Amino acid sequence: MTNALSIKNLSKTYDTGLTALNGVDLDIRRGEILALLGPNGAGKTTLISIVCGLVNPSTGTVAVEGHDIIQDYRKARALIGLVPQELHTETFETVWDTVSYSRGLFGKKPAPQLVEQILKDLSLFEKKDSKIMALSGGMKRRVMIAKALAHEPRILFLDEPTAGVDVELRKDMWRLVKRLRDTGVTIILTTHYIEEAEEIADRVGVINRGRLLLVEDKAELMRKLGQKQLVLELQKPLEQLPEALSDYALELSDGGTRITYHYDTQATRTGIASLLAALAGAGVTVKDLDTEQRSLEDIFVSLVVEESQ
Amino acid sequence: MNFEAVKSIYLFEMARMKRTLLQSVISPVLSTSLYFVVFGAAIGSRIETVEGVPYGAFIVPGLMMLTLLQNSISNASFGIYFPKFIGTIYEVLSAPISFLEIVLGYVGAAATKSMILGLIILATAHLFVPIEIKHPFWMLFFLVLTAITFSLFGFIIGIWADNFEKLQLIPLLIITPLVFLGGSFYSIHMLPEFWQKVTLANPVLYLISGFRWSFYETADVGIELSIAMILIFLALCLSIIWWIFRTGYKLKT
Repeated sequence: MTNALSIKNLSKTYDTGLTALNGVDLDIRRGEILALLGPNGAGKTTLISIVCGLVNPSTGTVAVEGHDIIQDYRKARALIGLVPQELHTETFETVWDTVSYSRGLFGKKPAPQLVEQILKDLSLFEKKDSKIMALSGGMKRRVMIAKALAHEPRILFLDEPTAGVDVELRKDMWRLVKRLRDTGVTIILTTHYIEEAEEIADRVGVINRGRLLLVEDKAELMRKLGQKQLVLELQKPLEQLPEALSDYALELSDGGTRITYHYDTQATRTGIASLLAALAGAGVTVKDLDTEQRSLEDIFVSLVVEESQ
Repeated sequence: MNFEAVKSIYLFEMARMKRTLLQSVISPVLSTSLYFVVFGAAIGSRIETVEGVPYGAFIVPGLMMLTLLQNSISNASFGIYFPKFIGTIYEVLSAPISFLEIVLGYVGAAATKSMILGLIILATAHLFVPIEIKHPFWMLFFLVLTAITFSLFGFIIGIWADNFEKLQLIPLLIITPLVFLGGSFYSIHMLPEFWQKVTLANPVLYLISGFRWSFYETADVGIELSIAMILIFLALCLSIIWWIFRTGYKLKT
């Protein structure tokens, strides 16, 4: 089965000389939820804009369910729904008209029942005859989602869907995303919020300065999150680790006053008890100890910092 | 061809006109009536005929052209500028439609609106002066082609403009003077010979002349020349639009 999205060597340099994307390769499987994490200006929106036909790529190719976004743009774009980051909505039109318009724009015949269902799903139905300018910011965002869903896309892009959105709408949005995924829709969302990625994504990609640094199953990331480290502060500095401790992958640092031990919290034996016993046997006295867990945020920050250096 | 999309854009744009119906219809009707009061009754009564046509009737084709040009340009330029301004253009650009279809939707709606206005003016004028149309086919030919051509021109301005000032600039500074000096209210034969020659450089003269010919068979220039001119404008606007979409000028980065 072809991938929902296949991005190869995609780069974009704007006329200003800014390189927003630099050789990105990414395959997105059908029916998955992929979260793209990255700081502001990382290239997330440029990536989405190229796939949706708003920005011309400098190099590289993108195929949407096997259809090239340039040669075969009609088929490619018909599969995609886009909810942009900014609240771009009409002003004087009603909710119903603007959502129906979006469906027509994508070449689909009018389907009042479907539009009604979408509006109900987004708690917008009561507002169907309201003019958009009379809606609150949160409601406008719902309208934008309704517009993106009006032509029954197979792939949905949500660009920072929950930026500046209240808790209720955020939860609603997560529920909607999961429900869409259950009907087989592939969802790509960009976010600053790690907890958002943790909550709903199947895979997480980290992007910074136009480069895709990592794409991994969330489960795999969580496994990495399961890794903890034990830090032991020593009474007296060691010149080197005693022979008896060579079975443990230990790191000696801070002038020999600190030993770091990595272990897996999910494992049946963490090895902590035997390590402490071995330390005592080798005559090493521990002054203090501390355990630390790496969060997705730590992984993200370390990747981004590494890239910046 | 994505007919559904063309239809959607067209109807969406026409709905915009419906919302501003009062303003869209009343203002041209009012201004036409004013022109008739001033030029037809007050001044026109002192001018008996121009080229054998009563003055009041003589200015009708010119008045229609004036409204047709101004409205085609403003409708089409605003139609495409507004989604650019508020950002909703993203949806049109990300939809599975070709540039041709986008133009058909926007320009089709703008041209329809200005043709309706042109006909409303004709009806209003009919209340003031007797009008005969000797060549209805050619009258419609000029009406339709002018509306389409200048809606295309307005579309170009709407794409080019990146603020409201630019949007008004060309209609105000170029089109209005060209229409007024292109023989809307007079025959160029009434001008001194030198100015007659200068006026021949005004492209709008050919449109007004041809249009007036379709009413009264009087023209400042040959009808063939008028037809050729409107076709040249049309081709010119189409080529510019083709270039805009090929390069993504002001639409895509």
